[in-house]
Amino acid sequence: MSSIARTGPDVSTIVIEPSRGWIGLRLRELWEYRELLYFLVWRDIKVRYKQTALGAAWAIIQPFFSMVIFSLFFGKLAKMPSDGIPYPIFAYAALVPWTFFANGLSQSANSLVDSANLIRKIYFPRLTIPIANVLAGLVDFALAFAVLLGMMAWYHIYPSARLVWLPLFLLLALVTALAVGLWLSVLNVEYRDVRYTVPFITQFWMFATPIVYPSSLLREPWRTIYGLNPMVGVVEGFRWALLGTKTAPGPAIAVSAGAALVLLVGGAFYFRRMEKTFADVV
Amino acid sequence: MMPAIRVERLGKRYRLGGPRKSYKALRDILTAAATAPFRTVRSALRGGSLAKAAPETIWALHDVSFEISRGEVVGIIGRNGAGKSTLLKILSRITDPTTGRASIHGRVGSLLEVGTGFHPELTGAENIYLNGVILGMRRSEIARKFDEIVTFAGVEKFVDTPVKHYSSGMYLRLAFSVAAHLEPEIMLVDEVLAVGDSTFQRKCLDKMEEVGQQGRTVLFVSHNMPAITRLCPRTILLDAGSVAADGPSHEVVSAYLSSDIGTKAAREWPDPERAPGNHVARLRGVRIVGEDGRLAESIDIRCPVGIEMTFDVLEPGWVLSPIYDFFNDEGLCVFGAIDHDPEWKGRPRPAGRYVTTAWIPGNLLSEGALIVNAELLTIHPMVQHYHERHAVAFHVIDSPDGDTARGEYSGAWPGVIRPMLDWRTRFEGMVLDEKAAVR
Repeated sequence: MSSIARTGPDVSTIVIEPSRGWIGLRLRELWEYRELLYFLVWRDIKVRYKQTALGAAWAIIQPFFSMVIFSLFFGKLAKMPSDGIPYPIFAYAALVPWTFFANGLSQSANSLVDSANLIRKIYFPRLTIPIANVLAGLVDFALAFAVLLGMMAWYHIYPSARLVWLPLFLLLALVTALAVGLWLSVLNVEYRDVRYTVPFITQFWMFATPIVYPSSLLREPWRTIYGLNPMVGVVEGFRWALLGTKTAPGPAIAVSAGAALVLLVGGAFYFRRMEKTFADVV
Repeated sequence: MMPAIRVERLGKRYRLGGPRKSYKALRDILTAAATAPFRTVRSALRGGSLAKAAPETIWALHDVSFEISRGEVVGIIGRNGAGKSTLLKILSRITDPTTGRASIHGRVGSLLEVGTGFHPELTGAENIYLNGVILGMRRSEIARKFDEIVTFAGVEKFVDTPVKHYSSGMYLRLAFSVAAHLEPEIMLVDEVLAVGDSTFQRKCLDKMEEVGQQGRTVLFVSHNMPAITRLCPRTILLDAGSVAADGPSHEVVSAYLSSDIGTKAAREWPDPERAPGNHVARLRGVRIVGEDGRLAESIDIRCPVGIEMTFDVLEPGWVLSPIYDFFNDEGLCVFGAIDHDPEWKGRPRPAGRYVTTAWIPGNLLSEGALIVNAELLTIHPMVQHYHERHAVAFHVIDSPDGDTARGEYSGAWPGVIRPMLDWRTRFEGMVLDEKAAVR
């Protein structure tokens, strides 16, 4: 009867059943909720700049002052090598993507717990929450990046055609932040003290990434293995594309990208597997 | 025709200790893991079993099945913890069922709370967009309905003010207004009407009624029995996670109210030591009775209702006045009443048991719940022997069959009382001369 005609693709029948084990990512559904994603990003940005007295300045202060301190202690006192470019810009070019990564990571790690009220009352693909949190950091990134361009002009460093690769390195930073954020956000729902480990993780990770030192300190094959930390690829990529260092993205960047992708896909599946319990435990 | 909602043997199990307390600390897991070998060895040495005890669980919903056709408006009732909210959460896909399945045919909008996702720092206009998108509206749809939403909420002057500066009333009105402009085919609504002042509640009920009349499928969870009987032709009663009754709302609601699942219409204090009162008198029981003198929890609006108080006088020689105060479900005192029985007026009472009943005539009370406070006073000198708040409660149910004060009108009806007035109309014949008629 008419029911046969109705079960066309335009009329949705939702079947609710207990789900077990590993389930699909439902990326199509995520796409259908893109407006929600947009508004969540928009809300995060709006609220962030409304709430803090320093507003936009905060996005710059954080990496800039780190750069000043690093230049003083590692550049001046410890005489850290910096691939032949002035140490302040060597450090700052790494701190800009790093700050974006570290903030995105900690924001998304806490995102599910912070959105508990939404999760308990409304259905939508939960993946939008950590994704929105990472994306919202792009505005901060843009501000800090503008300062980086100013510094390059100050030091008379002008980018070459390599600049076109920069978005890819930014994407790698975004993917890495999201990947780790997904894992941590789920763990944070299950184990509430994960929140307190996040600052420790980012701090530890920062020293495991060539921010205050160049990765050229390492010999091959160690440098390629070092690329297993995806942020190595991001930071060296930024220096290469902007400052013209000789750390061309060789095998290390491929290793970084691969590691980030594995983390992301694994994180997304883990997230989807645990998603059904969020509303009950969060 | 395919039903809008089909629920088959749905069940949901929670770990005991409440669904929200089940998260753990990583710290505990790590310490448990670190000490596990020792415990294992120790219990093995003691000859104990290595198997862990399964955590205690509770079925919030168990073996629930029903079907709802397209365009049906169905109420879900039951006391707290009966599984009403769990059912809506499963149907809204917020949480997964443990067993069974449900299929929903059509676009679903669920309204488990008004103002979900509202951010205090954002302005009214910004929150309309944010909340609308969260509830599943398209951005273009919100833009189209924007003025309507603002007008319905009555916040025209404050759209550009952050909602943290709103009064709680304005906040709620705006939140409900966004939700009320959702246009899904199937709507799941949880107790959103339990908030706000009475005017706002009326507005919400009217809007709900409108939604029902538009031929949309509505599942409506509420404690508000009058709203249920008015809005929903059919009602499902949940008790302890299972369907206890499913049928016409009037039948299900009165079955619910007259069973011990609902609010108590009778209270007893069997232990005189614990009964409210003092050395003069003790309250032993209060109950609501119908015309036939039998216990009644729900009363037809046309029928008289009696409130019966049983008390023991322990010390003779006091002049005693039983008193009742009646409150509606908004906490408003509808009226108070004092015993006027001429036999006992101004007369000191001997010790013993007394049963006194006050009769409220039919066609006086408005529909809804009435909560009764029972009191015993001596006026000269003023001594309060007992004052039992919320001693009993009952429900007045208006009927849509046309011979109550509301007549044929089935919409919202204002007022805390609903008397049947004596209307007389005289026909004075055709008016031939306009001026004469005016004069």
